[in-house]
Amino acid sequence: MSTEQLSGAEIVIKALVDQGVDTVFGYPGGAVLPIYDALFQQNSLRHILVRHEQAAVHAAEGYARSTGKVGVTLVTSGPGATNAVTGLTDALMDSIPVVCLTGQVPTHLIGNDAFQEADTTGITRPCTKHNYLVKSVEDLPRIMHEAFYVARSGRPGPVVVDLPKDVLQALGAYLPKEEVQHRSYNPQTKGERPQIEAAVEALARARKPIIYAGGGVINSGPRAAELLAHLTHATGVPITNTLMGLGAFPGDDPHFLGMLGMHGTYEANMAMHGCDVMIAVGARFDDRVTGRLSAFSPNSTKIQIDIDPSSINKNVVVDIPIVGDVAEVLEEIIAVWNERMHKLDADALAEWWKQIDQWRARDCLRFEQTGDVIKPQHAIKRLYELTKEYEDLYITTEVGQHQMWAAQFFKFNRPNRWMTSGGLGTMGYGLPAAMGVQVAHPGALVIDVAGEASILMNMQEMSTLAQYRLPVKVFIVNNQWMGMVRQWQELLHGERYSESYTDSLPDFVKLAEAYGAVGIRATKPGELDDKIREMLATPKPVIFDCCVDQVENCFPMIPSGAAHNEMLLGPGDRTEKPVSEEGMVLV
Amino acid sequence: MANSPEELRAQTHTEKRTIAVLVDNEPGVLARVIGLFSGRGYNIESLTVTEVDPENRLSRITVVTSGTPMILEQIKAQLGRLVPVHKVSDLTRIGPYVERELALVKVFGAGEKRVESLRIADIFKAKVVDASHEHFVFEMTGKTDKLDAFIQLMRPLGLVDVSRTGVVAIQRGAKGL
Ligand SMILES: Cc1cc2nc3c(=O)[nH]c(=O)nc-3n(C[C@H](O)[C@H](O)[C@H](O)COP(=O)(O)OP(=O)(O)OC[C@H]3O[C@@H](n4cnc5c(N)ncnc54)[C@H](O)[C@@H]3O)c2cc1C
Ligand SMILES: Cc1ncc(C[n+]2csc(CCOP(=O)(O)OP(=O)(O)O)c2C)c(N)n1
Repeated sequence: MSTEQLSGAEIVIKALVDQGVDTVFGYPGGAVLPIYDALFQQNSLRHILVRHEQAAVHAAEGYARSTGKVGVTLVTSGPGATNAVTGLTDALMDSIPVVCLTGQVPTHLIGNDAFQEADTTGITRPCTKHNYLVKSVEDLPRIMHEAFYVARSGRPGPVVVDLPKDVLQALGAYLPKEEVQHRSYNPQTKGERPQIEAAVEALARARKPIIYAGGGVINSGPRAAELLAHLTHATGVPITNTLMGLGAFPGDDPHFLGMLGMHGTYEANMAMHGCDVMIAVGARFDDRVTGRLSAFSPNSTKIQIDIDPSSINKNVVVDIPIVGDVAEVLEEIIAVWNERMHKLDADALAEWWKQIDQWRARDCLRFEQTGDVIKPQHAIKRLYELTKEYEDLYITTEVGQHQMWAAQFFKFNRPNRWMTSGGLGTMGYGLPAAMGVQVAHPGALVIDVAGEASILMNMQEMSTLAQYRLPVKVFIVNNQWMGMVRQWQELLHGERYSESYTDSLPDFVKLAEAYGAVGIRATKPGELDDKIREMLATPKPVIFDCCVDQVENCFPMIPSGAAHNEMLLGPGDRTEKPVSEEGMVLV
Repeated sequence: MANSPEELRAQTHTEKRTIAVLVDNEPGVLARVIGLFSGRGYNIESLTVTEVDPENRLSRITVVTSGTPMILEQIKAQLGRLVPVHKVSDLTRIGPYVERELALVKVFGAGEKRVESLRIADIFKAKVVDASHEHFVFEMTGKTDKLDAFIQLMRPLGLVDVSRTGVVAIQRGAKGL
């Protein structure tokens, strides 16, 4: 241990550098001024000055999801910390590793209703994986290192470190990260052998198997995605991804059935319903995925690989649970599979694929671009077609119909290329997340697929893009409605469109210009491609205002409370299948 | 010992469980545990906590809860993933265990009722820890239902105040947590 005395603020910076951090997204204020002072006097860390603390956390999420590293934010006490709460909750729901440093009033004033005091650890306890209030500078280096360890290991998540100002100013000794060991937190990453063997045997007997892979594959790292592809190809099994899992398996591989769930493909949902063995890999049986639980995949043996025991048997009882890291467990499963020279029954598998191909033939994502109004699906499909050759492409989204269409029409062949707010569904996520991605990948093409309502929730970050010359492209699918809300009102609330239309929208082209970006508008199908190309050729941030059909709905759709085999495939479907009361109470 | 898939699917009945949790004795740890129960809508029938290993700064929480087998599995998994938690042990399922609670019971009265309260206390092996001409404070240790029965009997005899610790429990036999 070194005896050199550093200030708390210097210890914070040193720990960040020691943890391999190169970028911090933050916003200053009284309580964190000592850290800003220390930042000013060093050049190992880059600080990105956001325009709102919520955006700082989403930017850190985008940074983290696209690099596999921990994202870092720095905000002040009180309002700085409370503004960060939505971002933290988002990161918790989607298992994104983020360390959020918050300023706090000096220790002797805590509890005194001091200026800009908030009970940050109290407020963030339920929306972080863990949090710390640092009461003494002696604890600071240990807590800093623990925070990173907790954020990234096991099931990743956000960690808050609350830093009273006097602790930042006190002098103390630094402790390198190697000298810090966590006392209690030690997640299990290796699966148990008997369970792995049982899973292999169940798979070997399958006649109608399916792999259902989620965000945990991406959390586990690129090796997990490789092993998943290996297992899929070695067995010839069909595979579907959750919204969070897109990119975990190549989107243009013939084994891929597309996304499953509420707005997933017909073939993916029918295959989930009809399978006899299901392998859930880093996926948590979310209600958007399962539909009505009592009718979820009724005849299958369920295997689940998850690093978090609380994800197992939460909504759906599984037959063979395997607690462990996706990559480690898949490695063993493949080894056992090979050792035992298993092969699936070829005739049964061919029969299963034949059935799947019939479902596929329904072509459930079909739409018609007719007339001279741009269909939103067409807009997103063209955006995909015109960008798919880009080697370095990252897509973020806001929340709503545009998000679902992006999930349906973009095909990701690699993990870490798709950032979306799945669990919390946070409108306003996409722009700051794109900002974080672009900071991490300066040369890449980063597009935020947006809705006109969502984008207004963190629009201020256009100013950050301008300041740091981050050429993010914001592609607004502008239907003037909160489309997803409008759709539910149409289908479930008797077409009473209560408060889902946005009047007085800004002129997005002029708004772009006001922010020093470029504004482009497309209103006709005939001009769409050229305008998209113009956007792609622009080396600056762009807001693309794509004016689309205002009343288009997103299909397929499993209405809440319905089962996988009760999907609505298009507008004609709705009258036949009223939504149950049980379904109406669901979100 | 985990439940079998069949047990979990049979979701009709609720069970009561006594769970021991070994945690780091750090600020906020109790708030974390209680927040987990309230935030996720789990029941707490009783919860006790005290430091049990000062040298290693470990506290032991004993929580009595109820739910369907699936909920109970969730409760244990959710407790287990709290960062300062070292160990979660489902005493009810692991096997025989001893469960005790302590109550202090104050009874006010004179004459026949007063004599009767003393007589019942004697039957229940409750100790008198404070007394005047008009009151007793009884101390009683035992299982929750025994304490319940005692307090019930004291009610008509002038019960004024009750303070209970909640349940503490430990596994029988030589093995530690
Ligand atoms: C408007 C809207 C519509 C939506 N519609 C759909 C839809 O149609 N279909 C859909 O799929 N989703 C949809 N979602 C998203 C949905 O709400 C959930 O966020 C999503 O389904 C969860 O994905 P997941 O199961 O992959 O879990 P994630 O949230 O990604 O969780 C990952 C799981 O993997 C585990 N894990 C993490 N790391 C590891 C590791 N290293 N090893 C092993 N396990 C690990 C975690 O413990 C967790 O259980 C929608 C969201 C919105 C906002
Ligand atoms: C912060 C927040 N508030 C409210 C909602 C509820 N919500 C979900 S989708 C949606 C409408 C989004 O509209 P828009 O961004 O225009 O996208 P569209 O559905 O039209 O593509 C709303 C209000 C939400 N997800 N997030």
